[in-house]
Amino acid sequence: MDNKSQPIIEVRNLDLSYDDYEVLHDLNFSVNKGDIFVVMGGSGCGKSTLLKVLIGLKEPIKGEVLYGGANFWQEDESVQQDWIRRFGVLYQSGALWSSFTLGENVALPLELYSNLSSIQIREMVELKLSLVGLSGYADFYPAQISGGMRKRAGLARAIALDPEIIFFDEPSAGLDPLNARMLDDLIMQLRNALGATFVIVTHELASIFALGDKAVLLDAESKGIIAEGNPKDLLANSKDSRVIQFLTRGEKQTAPA
Amino acid sequence: MPLNKLSFDYPSVNTLRLKLSGEWQIRAGLPSASEVFAQLGEHKEIAQVVLDVSKIEKWDSGLVSFLLNLIKECGHRDIQVDRQDLPQGVGKLLALALKANTENIPHKIEKEYFLEKVADRFLQLCAGALSVVNFLGEIAFAFGRLLSGRAYFRQDEFIGIVQRCGVDAWGLVSLISVLVGMILAFIGAIQLKIFGAQIYIANIVGIAMVRVMGAVMTGIIMSGRTGASFAAELGLMQVNEEIDAFKTLGISPVEFLVIPRVLALVIMMPLLTLYADFMGILGGFIISVKFLGLNPVEYWRHTQSAVHLSNLWVGLIHSFVFGIIVAVAGCFRGINCVKSAEGVGAATTSAVVSAITSIVVATAIITLICQVLGV
Repeated sequence: MDNKSQPIIEVRNLDLSYDDYEVLHDLNFSVNKGDIFVVMGGSGCGKSTLLKVLIGLKEPIKGEVLYGGANFWQEDESVQQDWIRRFGVLYQSGALWSSFTLGENVALPLELYSNLSSIQIREMVELKLSLVGLSGYADFYPAQISGGMRKRAGLARAIALDPEIIFFDEPSAGLDPLNARMLDDLIMQLRNALGATFVIVTHELASIFALGDKAVLLDAESKGIIAEGNPKDLLANSKDSRVIQFLTRGEKQTAPA
Repeated sequence: MPLNKLSFDYPSVNTLRLKLSGEWQIRAGLPSASEVFAQLGEHKEIAQVVLDVSKIEKWDSGLVSFLLNLIKECGHRDIQVDRQDLPQGVGKLLALALKANTENIPHKIEKEYFLEKVADRFLQLCAGALSVVNFLGEIAFAFGRLLSGRAYFRQDEFIGIVQRCGVDAWGLVSLISVLVGMILAFIGAIQLKIFGAQIYIANIVGIAMVRVMGAVMTGIIMSGRTGASFAAELGLMQVNEEIDAFKTLGISPVEFLVIPRVLALVIMMPLLTLYADFMGILGGFIISVKFLGLNPVEYWRHTQSAVHLSNLWVGLIHSFVFGIIVAVAGCFRGINCVKSAEGVGAATTSAVVSAITSIVVATAIITLICQVLGV
């Protein structure tokens, strides 16, 4: 948690494409260490494409993504891999490997990238599963548990190696309000306990206001960021009707006078 | 070194002090908690464990995992753990992990006994056989509706399927059939050469290809190619709940998905088989004329005289039956696919295996019937 105000991710002049279509143009923002950073926007605005570029799955057309000052997409593959191992990613569906038990899902990154003994790995798996409230579920297969549990198990796998940055793709999508709230609370608790940086891609307003220290709002029409800042401040102070409409689910058309 | 990270002393008779120092991180390697448990085992009088973490330089959840394990073990032994001086983050993570509720975990099904397993397997087989019969009944029923013009039938999709299982399989069928024709010619030549009757290669290749080999080879190609693709396609639709969506709209998935596929294969298999017959004869012809020095005209005449129309009909009956087998096996496995990535794989495999097995069994039955009827 040292150097808290120092940016850990910097995005400069980034252009992104989806299937040969440019979806985002000249993107600039930075994420501070230890923050919960929210990328918000309507469907089809390029949120998920941006996430893919940030986690190293898709190369941008133009521009830079700097991690701790190093230009990710210009680095050698080995350096990129080093960074990728310092990321944790929770995919929209949890993306658990269906032929592995929950315990094996969490254990695999530990087996590959740590020198722990098998007993220590088992203990570590138990810790990570208990952190997400799934203690005792290590021998269950993903098909045997509910959608909300699958997401939490996905989160346990994402935090297996104590990542520096944890990315979330639509964490509360497909969850009932209680489970969504539980996951938000869990993210908050983990942030406080782990001290990692969180990047959350979502359009769920409840999560945005509950979690976000800082947020950017992407817009499909202008292919860029139309608002940046703390979500509550944006709602209170923004003069842009698009921002107000998004943050109030269209209930308010313009900024309050 | 992991060993230096952990040391013990005893400030009083019933207190064990653990001194943790250095880097307690997953990637740096961690000491094992069993060293501490050994100490606890040796000194039964210990009632309290005090943690001294002032010398820890860096930590991550490796430390938390070690402590969690220690706290749980001490809990079992009624030993108190003094956690007051822990770094703030460690305390929070421990609190979060210890809060975990393990009461509501559903019980997993206990291991079955051997006889139970055998009985289960037998009942599964019976249920499986019943569902195949049921599925065939549904197909027959849906065909009835189609013939009476009451079934929903999308012509565009049907033509697409016909193309996929007909024209698109053309190259593969050509290659395999020519090669099978060549192999038959070579094998025949070795034996017939002994009697100086090499010209009868034309008879062997012609009859074998037209009567059974053309149909069997096409059936096997189509089960690996089209049957597997039907199973994977419908299996994925099952995983995505698309098939459930049909059912909830009152549309029969058999009518909508299976009928066009069965129909397409039943139409295309005989055509592909005819083509395969021709290509097989061509393969035999090439070998006989080019490598065995037979007269091309004579070869052609022998083929014409040996291959009767009855042979062709027998071959076409085979191909018609195989078309039904391949399509039904693919669709049945796909529709009954378990909803997981593994399920789709298993459905595809079993579609191919059951199609090929059924093709061989059907060939044996048809051959037997033809033998009895004297065809």
